[in-house]
Amino acid sequence: MPADFNWAIGGEAGDGIDSTGKIFAQALSRAGRHVFTSKDFASRIRGGYTAYKIRTSVDPVQSVVDRLDVLIALTPRTIEENLEELHEGSVIVYDGERTTMANVEIPDGMVGLDVPLKRLAEEAGGAIMRNVVALGAACEVTGFPIENLDSALEKRFASKGQALVDNNKEAARSGQDYVAEECDVDLGYELETTDSDYVLLNGDEAIGMGAIAAGCKFYAGYPITPATDVMEYLVGRIERFGGHVVQAEDELSAINMALGAARAGARSMTATSGPGIDLMTETFGLVATSETPLVIVDVMRSGPSTGMPTKQEQGDLNGLLYGGHGEIPRFVLAPTTISECFWKTVEAFNLAEKYQTPVYLVADLSMAVTEQTFTPETFDMDDVEVDRGKVVDEETLDEWQNEKGQFKPHAITDDGVSPRAFPGTVDGAHMSTGLEHDELGRRTEDTGMRVEQVDKRNRKVGTAREEETWDPREFGDPDSETLVISWGSNEGPMTEAIEMLAGEGIDLHFLSVPYIFPRPDLTDAVEAAERVVVVECNATGQFADIVEHDTLTRVDRINKYDGVRFNADELAAEIKATVAETEVTQ
Amino acid sequence: MSSDVRFTDFKSDKQPTWCPGCGDFGTMNGMMKALANTGNDPDNTFIVAGIGCSGKIGTYMHSYALHGVHGRALPVGTGVKLANPDLEVMVAGGDGDGYSIGAGHFVHAVRRNVDMSYIVMDNRIYGLTKGQASPTSRDDFETATTPEGPQQPPVNPLALALASGATFIAQSFSTDAQRHAEIVQEAIEHDGFGFVNVFSPCVTFNDVDTYDYFRDSLVDLAEEGHDPTDYDAAKNKILDASKEYQGVVWQSEKSIPYGEKRGLDTDMSRVDEGAPEGAMDLVREFY
Repeated sequence: MPADFNWAIGGEAGDGIDSTGKIFAQALSRAGRHVFTSKDFASRIRGGYTAYKIRTSVDPVQSVVDRLDVLIALTPRTIEENLEELHEGSVIVYDGERTTMANVEIPDGMVGLDVPLKRLAEEAGGAIMRNVVALGAACEVTGFPIENLDSALEKRFASKGQALVDNNKEAARSGQDYVAEECDVDLGYELETTDSDYVLLNGDEAIGMGAIAAGCKFYAGYPITPATDVMEYLVGRIERFGGHVVQAEDELSAINMALGAARAGARSMTATSGPGIDLMTETFGLVATSETPLVIVDVMRSGPSTGMPTKQEQGDLNGLLYGGHGEIPRFVLAPTTISECFWKTVEAFNLAEKYQTPVYLVADLSMAVTEQTFTPETFDMDDVEVDRGKVVDEETLDEWQNEKGQFKPHAITDDGVSPRAFPGTVDGAHMSTGLEHDELGRRTEDTGMRVEQVDKRNRKVGTAREEETWDPREFGDPDSETLVISWGSNEGPMTEAIEMLAGEGIDLHFLSVPYIFPRPDLTDAVEAAERVVVVECNATGQFADIVEHDTLTRVDRINKYDGVRFNADELAAEIKATVAETEVTQ
Repeated sequence: MSSDVRFTDFKSDKQPTWCPGCGDFGTMNGMMKALANTGNDPDNTFIVAGIGCSGKIGTYMHSYALHGVHGRALPVGTGVKLANPDLEVMVAGGDGDGYSIGAGHFVHAVRRNVDMSYIVMDNRIYGLTKGQASPTSRDDFETATTPEGPQQPPVNPLALALASGATFIAQSFSTDAQRHAEIVQEAIEHDGFGFVNVFSPCVTFNDVDTYDYFRDSLVDLAEEGHDPTDYDAAKNKILDASKEYQGVVWQSEKSIPYGEKRGLDTDMSRVDEGAPEGAMDLVREFY
């Protein structure tokens, strides 16, 4: 039995694929197994192929691989879609009594388990529990203790009454019993359990949790795939901490509401995906010029235009780095793992307020919708620090007044950061504007003041470069002649690829970069390597361009832009090929 | 809030660059008087404006203020008010700002019914870009961009507000200083979204909707004995295109502001020094 085990359920959108997958993932997590999930979904509500895949191991898992051990196929297409990942001995659970599955062909060497899912579900109380019957069957196939599934079913259905929980448990038992009694197979699977307690969450949820932890009180957003989960997470939770979520009429409204709340002194955030970022860009300039702290989350999907809304891509980097007319000082943070989605969100709020600057937090679809297990301590709230920067009150405000007693919200300072007075502060009344302005915030076209204000705002970036840490995350062998660089969710598959290749005698040095701007100086690492490969999910190599620009060194590129994330073995193979190719040419 | 606030306390020391005779002077004076009369002071007042001649108002007034991008003042005001309900929030804009680029926000701000006031300086022309048709321009009004007139009916802002579920709709004339200030004051005092369309003539580019035109044609609803809580009467006035009205046209007696409905009553600017108490429960939910 391999160290890790791969399971999937697939069918049509509307078949309950997502919730079924989630129940099994929770059952595994509750049994002390690590889990990494991935979703394959289409941009429609009903119909269209959709799948939920789980990779699980007693060791941490960071990626998907090209292998499927057990597949629950609700439609013939589910088998077709996964043919390449199925292998000799793979088990396919299907309902042969379902019309479309009656004559399904099980590929040679694989084990087809014909389980009357619908009939057994009806006997247990309702056809809707068909997928739970399949989960019970999966427990029997994998030797996984069904009690863990019970516990996940309780979590899922407890709020709907004990009767429903019991019916579901019974449905699961009927699937288990059917396989045990009617299917004469011993597949040798035995999913080991441990005493650990893990939590299972996705990147969007981690961002929402990070926002609340950081003291975010106001969120305005407009629904868009794949960022909507951030808003859905916050609604109902942020209120418990004195905050509020507004579903705005559009993205323009969302960012302007968030801006208003931030000017009132609240820690404030909005989240969207690429098309929404485009709409927000005009106000982004106002946020920066009015020196308002704001966190703007971009969960990237395939673009441009409507592109492929439910597919992976990392194509927005240039837009976030350079988008907007004029020159706009900004920070761009890019979490590289789901747990970093939490911590970088906390950091984003501190940077925004310390430097009174908008912060883009950029995640990608793969990270946002993927669930992964962590120890609860990964999100230790005692480690959360809040730094509100230069906020003045009635006592300290007079240091920042001019000779007429007027408050200077845009005072020229050495570090580029001006004082901030929340509305309501006595004698702090002032205006702020997107027009170029003087220290009082009033419009000016004075050439000297224009230069002073531009320099002041840009100086924040220099101060932040010195005051903050902008290090990459480092993996592998620093002495390797091959340096791999990536950003965003590629870190997971890359760390596994390193292990795979190490097993073949290929050692790699890997830097995963969570800061796009400001960013770490990679020059020394690049110069020390014989070859440099930049891995990213876009066609043109936007981050590779940056590395070349920063280090004045040509790099090799591995780009994937078919809408699907890298998986570990694919990435290992690509890197191996690149290494071999550069050896030939040298 | 202090009781000895005078309306001039809301005046900044910046001289307006509006054209001499511009209706916006009177509009602004009325806003300042109304704010002072309702017991506000500059330190608890937040004024939001968009772009255009109307957008300059935050510069000439003294309060906490944001001068934002074109058409988006209402969402900004919404964010300010929800984040700190203790603030008096007033949003100011023009007819282009509010009924063209910001028309979508107008509809939704009206239905959201946040407790703030919205003052629109309606001069039926684009002034700062030097004389193009606005959404409230008459359909035969010749301008630089519409040499034969817009050839489309003007937006009826009061009807748009009524159709969107407004709880307070009023109209005033900037030069009728006393009435204008009273009407703005009523908008501030209204529990919910107080919308006032102000006839604020442009003396430079609009030679049709002039001071004389409004003086001659304006009918005061109070003098007519109009009952603003009578929905059907309000609807009839609003849809009557033959007259220009001033006064409170419609005020719902059932208005519950958004913040009250959602239980938002605290200043959100206060944040704990670390994660809030009980934050670890957020992690435990994922077991």
